[in-house]
Amino acid sequence: MKRNLFLLAGLIALFLLPIGQGNYFILILCSWLMFTIAAMGLNLTLGYAGQISLAQASFIGIGAYVTAIMTLAGIHWILAALASVIVCFVIGILIGFPALRVKGHFLAFVTLAFNQLVVLVARNEDWLTGGSYGKFNMPRPDFGFYHIRTNLDMYYMIVVIFVIFAVLMYGLIRSPWGRAFKALRENPIRAESLGVDTRRITLLAFAVGSASAGLAGAIMSPLVQFIEPNSFALLHSLKILLMVIVGGAGYFFGPMLGAAVVILLPEFLRFTEGYYLIIYSAMVIILMVFSPAGLMGIGEKILTKIRPNQQVRKDMEKGAQL
Amino acid sequence: MSDTVLSVRNISKSFGNIHAVRDVSFDVRKGEVLGLIGPNGSGKSTLFNCVLGQLTPNQGEVMVNGRPVSGMRSNDLNKLGVGRTFQQLSVFPQMTVLDNIILAGQEHHGTMLTRLFGKPDAGLTPEADQMIEFFKLEHLRDEMAGSLSYGQQKLLDAAMAFMAGPSLVLLDEPAGGVNLTMLGHLKERLKTYNESHNTTFVVIEHNMEFVMSLCSRIIVLAEGAIIAEGSPDEIRSNQQVIDAYLGG
Ligand SMILES: Nc1ncnc2c1ncn2[C@@H]1O[C@H](COP(=O)(O)OP(=O)(O)OP(=O)(O)O)[C@@H](O)[C@H]1O
Ligand SMILES: [Mg+2]
Repeated sequence: MKRNLFLLAGLIALFLLPIGQGNYFILILCSWLMFTIAAMGLNLTLGYAGQISLAQASFIGIGAYVTAIMTLAGIHWILAALASVIVCFVIGILIGFPALRVKGHFLAFVTLAFNQLVVLVARNEDWLTGGSYGKFNMPRPDFGFYHIRTNLDMYYMIVVIFVIFAVLMYGLIRSPWGRAFKALRENPIRAESLGVDTRRITLLAFAVGSASAGLAGAIMSPLVQFIEPNSFALLHSLKILLMVIVGGAGYFFGPMLGAAVVILLPEFLRFTEGYYLIIYSAMVIILMVFSPAGLMGIGEKILTKIRPNQQVRKDMEKGAQL
Repeated sequence: MSDTVLSVRNISKSFGNIHAVRDVSFDVRKGEVLGLIGPNGSGKSTLFNCVLGQLTPNQGEVMVNGRPVSGMRSNDLNKLGVGRTFQQLSVFPQMTVLDNIILAGQEHHGTMLTRLFGKPDAGLTPEADQMIEFFKLEHLRDEMAGSLSYGQQKLLDAAMAFMAGPSLVLLDEPAGGVNLTMLGHLKERLKTYNESHNTTFVVIEHNMEFVMSLCSRIIVLAEGAIIAEGSPDEIRSNQQVIDAYLGG
């Protein structure tokens, strides 16, 4: 009940947030939600299923290029977005295969190399991607009853997509699939001995995470209306990883917080000019030392402090008798 | 023999120059409770892992219900009705007890798609609650498995092996760290389960009293090879076993 009220308040806040704000700030809000979607995808792969990936930005890129190419060819954005998601899902499965063989650092390197590969292809295949010049002037979607023109229109469209996405993601995490993802993270050998097809679940963890990034890319295309290979470089994958870690890997709303910190905080620190990166990095380091479970971890700590000590575990009550 | 559930043929496994299992063969009949005992390092757990696909043996063959299963992945083996526990604790620490139990059963219900779009608990909550009650873990149902005591986790581990309704269960030291009252209960559970479901068990255990009173037949392993086989009474009076193991 309390939880539902909380969600409702959050939803209302999302709708009120851009009101009275300038165009630039609305654009920042849009990119916050867009990156949240990509980060929630990575949170599934990394936070829930325990598979490291440093290629998330490249999937945003693939999604963005697919959408750009299709919408510039006159195909409706909805179809283009769908195609972006599907393409990223399929390529996500492929990038999952190395994860069946290598883990940890090595997997990080494989995915890192993949990210680099995508950037190179985007840069070199001019005929398809426009090379270093990229793609520009992608049209904003026209839904007949509602033609997206301004950044504010764009923002509300993204909010709607985000809410639908979050609901689906929540359903996924609560489903038996979600349980299997967590089991994969916690103890893959045991999971397999209980009938979980760990290979399939590993591939799906990558596929769903990548498809989410594909959706983010499909949003990015009409949002910024200009994409080029460097927008999807490794640095951006690290940024998305940072969002997941700062927010709290494995917490459902962690990426939302993490993306807010990574996207919005630099804006607030702008007045410090040259020092902003130093301050920013220092804050991240302090957070990680103080709470490896990220901001959500801090929240949880505070909650358990505030709550009355009714939390004595039920078997402790009997403990004295044994 | 048609009622042979598990047939192990000439299994050998070595790690470098350690011969952990040497040419081991035995059969397990339907409904039987077979004990597997032997000194530390005699190759019991390695044998289990070879039988269940966690390790690939250097040589030998395993058949479940007459069907060769060598090289089969353990999740497929589990689907054939083979459950197991590991010697090391193997629960999912950051999931609740209930979720641990449901996970253990969910892959046996419906398809990949119904597991995505169907009920979040795959309709298993009532069954899971029964299992939790069966192992006297009701009061811990919603706790994280990692916060349970060692013995409680051991019971949870066993409970998970039963969730899929297996016809053959291999238990690696189920009694380790479980207190006396619970130990009796666990033995009772296994016996009841064996009688009501005609479930076949293979049990590795160092607790002699537990093994002798539970098992109908016992195999003794020493340095990777079978040195004796027989009823509890025969094993107790076997000189070779006493020298290698019981006598200490
Ligand atoms: N993964 C491994 N790598 C190398 N050696 C191993 C490995 N697993 C087991 N061994 C060795 O194989 C031998 C048998 O080990 P195993 O765990 O099967 O014994 P066990 O009978 O289960 O002993 P315990 O009663 O202590 O559990 C030991 O000498 C052990 O050191
Ligand atoms: Mg062992």
